[in-house]
Amino acid sequence: MELRSNAPTGPIETRWDRHRAEIKLVNPANKRKYEVIMVGTGLAGAAGAASLADLGYKVKAFCYQDSARRAHSIAAQGGINAAKNYQGDGDSIYRLFYDTVKGGDFRARESNVYRLAQVSVDIIDQCVALGVPFAREYGGLLANRSFGGAQVSRTFYARGQTGQQLLLGAYSHLARTVAEGKVDLRTRCEMVDLIVEDGRARGIVTRDLVTGKFEVHLADAVILGTGGYGNVFYLSTNAKGCNATAAWRAHRRGALFANPCFTQIHPTCIPQAGEYQSKLTLMSESLRNDGRVWVPRKREDCTRDPSSIAEKDRFYYLEEKYPAFGNLMPRDIASRQAKFVCDQGLGVGPEINGVRRGVYLDFADAIKRDGKKAIAERYGNLFDMYQRITGEDPYSVPMRIYPATHYTMGGLWVDYNLMSNIPGLFVAGEANFSDHGANRLGASALMQGLADGFFVLPYVIGHYLAQAGKSKTTESSAAVTATLQETQGRFRKLMDIGQKGSRTVDDFHRKLGGIIWDNCGMARDPKNLRKAIEQIPQLRDEFYSTVKLTGSGESLNRDLEKAGRVADFFELGELMCRDALERDESCGCHFREDHQADGECVRDDDRYAHVAAWEWRGNGPEARDGNYVRHQEQLSFEYVKMAQRSYK
Amino acid sequence: MAETIDLKLHVWRQNGPKDAGRFEDYSQYARGISTHASFLEFLDVVNERLVLDNKEPIMFDHDCREGICGMCGMVVNGEPHGPQKATTTCQLHMRSFRSGEELWVEPWRASAFPVIRDLSVDRGAFERIIQAGGYITARSGAAPDANAIPIAKSLADEAMDAATCIGCGACVAACPNASASLFMSAKIGHLNSLPQGQAERDKRTLAMVAQHEKEGFGSCSNHYLCEAACPKEISIRWIARMNRDLLSAAISYKPAEQRAGGDGLSWV
Repeated sequence: MELRSNAPTGPIETRWDRHRAEIKLVNPANKRKYEVIMVGTGLAGAAGAASLADLGYKVKAFCYQDSARRAHSIAAQGGINAAKNYQGDGDSIYRLFYDTVKGGDFRARESNVYRLAQVSVDIIDQCVALGVPFAREYGGLLANRSFGGAQVSRTFYARGQTGQQLLLGAYSHLARTVAEGKVDLRTRCEMVDLIVEDGRARGIVTRDLVTGKFEVHLADAVILGTGGYGNVFYLSTNAKGCNATAAWRAHRRGALFANPCFTQIHPTCIPQAGEYQSKLTLMSESLRNDGRVWVPRKREDCTRDPSSIAEKDRFYYLEEKYPAFGNLMPRDIASRQAKFVCDQGLGVGPEINGVRRGVYLDFADAIKRDGKKAIAERYGNLFDMYQRITGEDPYSVPMRIYPATHYTMGGLWVDYNLMSNIPGLFVAGEANFSDHGANRLGASALMQGLADGFFVLPYVIGHYLAQAGKSKTTESSAAVTATLQETQGRFRKLMDIGQKGSRTVDDFHRKLGGIIWDNCGMARDPKNLRKAIEQIPQLRDEFYSTVKLTGSGESLNRDLEKAGRVADFFELGELMCRDALERDESCGCHFREDHQADGECVRDDDRYAHVAAWEWRGNGPEARDGNYVRHQEQLSFEYVKMAQRSYK
Repeated sequence: MAETIDLKLHVWRQNGPKDAGRFEDYSQYARGISTHASFLEFLDVVNERLVLDNKEPIMFDHDCREGICGMCGMVVNGEPHGPQKATTTCQLHMRSFRSGEELWVEPWRASAFPVIRDLSVDRGAFERIIQAGGYITARSGAAPDANAIPIAKSLADEAMDAATCIGCGACVAACPNASASLFMSAKIGHLNSLPQGQAERDKRTLAMVAQHEKEGFGSCSNHYLCEAACPKEISIRWIARMNRDLLSAAISYKPAEQRAGGDGLSWV
């Protein structure tokens, strides 16, 4: 299979402009004849649905939450990047592009990244127009802060709740289009399969989470804005409901899954406290602007009161190893360095399985310099959250942090037009693989979600529909009835097993997450990956014989929902491990212990400067070796010179 | 301090909006709970035990579990989101309770929030209030430069104070009139505070207040219980400001279609 990015060639500065000038248009009167499905209502989904609706398309939007404004974009804290150069500190579109390609360790598509940097500027304008209350300076102009992996201040923010404010903005945009009858919004409704006929995406099958009813929705184009798959690890910073089912089901219907092993571990999360733990909570990376990361130099100090440890006995490992960037090192490196010092026995906090997994994030110097009031203004809500969860006061005791799974750069493969290899199936935001390479920089997820939703989808959807025309598939067509029956059968089977089962869904999910975290987490090696590839199918077989469910299928059944999602995580988790094993190099967040130089990634550009896009050839839960086919999209770097990523 | 505690747990079970509903005693499933667990993690543990005992798990809404999505919420011992101030249920931790303590857990109770099942209610009325006017119309791609209109820091901060509302519904659950005034006033206040929100200010205020009434929420009679229950500490003053905006809009607002002639001089 040849993977064509369909990216324009020529000068990168004008690629998107030239593409927009050349793409096909649907005339305003015809737009209302086309129906578009949007699955997910986070930043990409809400912005995309509203923008398409305003253009005149008939849009149907779906979310599993009870309100579109609860999508997990809401939890992003720190900010959103844009190359506005409002600070006059040397920022530009080119520099944001450069930082993003470099930060992604040269595994992203240059054309896409340039476009992202280009439209970043418009996002801020759009959000301000929608009433997003970004932080401002006394003169009334917008304020900025700096973030990991950048030497300019280009991050716009709204206290520590930037994701919330952006999502509320996009959501209000969506709410207006719903009120105007342009969008049919279905809440508490989950996509459980994709309908493909004659090689084109024709619609989706959904399950109503209140009534348990399966429904078919047909459209001329289907967009997935369904987020990432971080919950494959069970413990992650994602919301509990976040899942990969929409993307995975599309994958099983033929969509290629790209770079599944590129998962990001966020360096600043609150460490795990016990077995019952249901999720991990992130503390915004922006805290690293003022907080200093350290561990004791001596093991015997690890259990001492941190305030009693003398300055010379503290190991500020990021500042010492990387003086130029210090505590603002990119996420992958900051996370791994935390793991290394803890593995060396220098970690702090509670001991779990023989290791203390925590490092200090200390604000004492910042409070001395700027005063408690200034720090409270910047991070007050984060400090409050930390105190509620841990029972400790971070104004007087250093925070304890440890990395946790946070974001997935991998996702469904898309071309420059955000279309998957299945015509008519588009993928936006975190759900696609396209912009962040092997590592995403802080404050770039919000940027990508809104870039795709506000400024890319409106063009590319029209371009596709103008060429493909209306889908003629009807509810009675063979592909529709077959897909519906298969989906119903899948859930019925789970219910049947569940009646006699003996282990809860969460129990299986925790075990699966443990296998993946231990073997395909912050550091990977071939032996452990092979072990995981053996263990996951065994656990999956146990799942399909002993999972326990109560209640019935044709009604509200929270455990059945979870079982369907976990069933998909088994398959995706196995693919992640295979991808990590096949990618015989280190790059960005994919750190292979057998490819390193003093803890730094050693890439193999000759063999791996490509996107790995996996094709599903499996056949249900029985899938084994040989059922996965790996395709490649070669990446070329014409503008950013490939180099060892150095932040020293 | 004890690391684990036992609780006397009573949970409201209701199989759909038409079922009468009742408290069930789940104390036998509520033993040995870690004090570091969150309240929802405590219910997770109870649910796993219920399932293994062939009972259906307690339905409750939740998602982000970091206090920002606004999906969770239940009344614990008569208080929406439980006893800790400025804290959502997901951020409430079991260290707030003593071993042997009695817990009564119920859904938000308001006729505008029909029970879906157990602790989960339908908050669709909030959506319709937003749809009535909780937005600024700004077509994608048509916006002027973000710094074109300077906004005083104090004004932006104030708008942010209102915009921080997570739409959980605790204010309704706390109010003896089941009024959603705090939620609505926060949403109106956020947009009405900003220069960008002025064009639709009067229309927004009138439409949202009308929708609030249509949904069957009660009126505000200044009990202040909403402010006390709000996990984001939204101030009751937003309700006062909404009432001011409502009065002014009621006097001056004329829909475009009622304006005379089309010469734009209907104010003369």
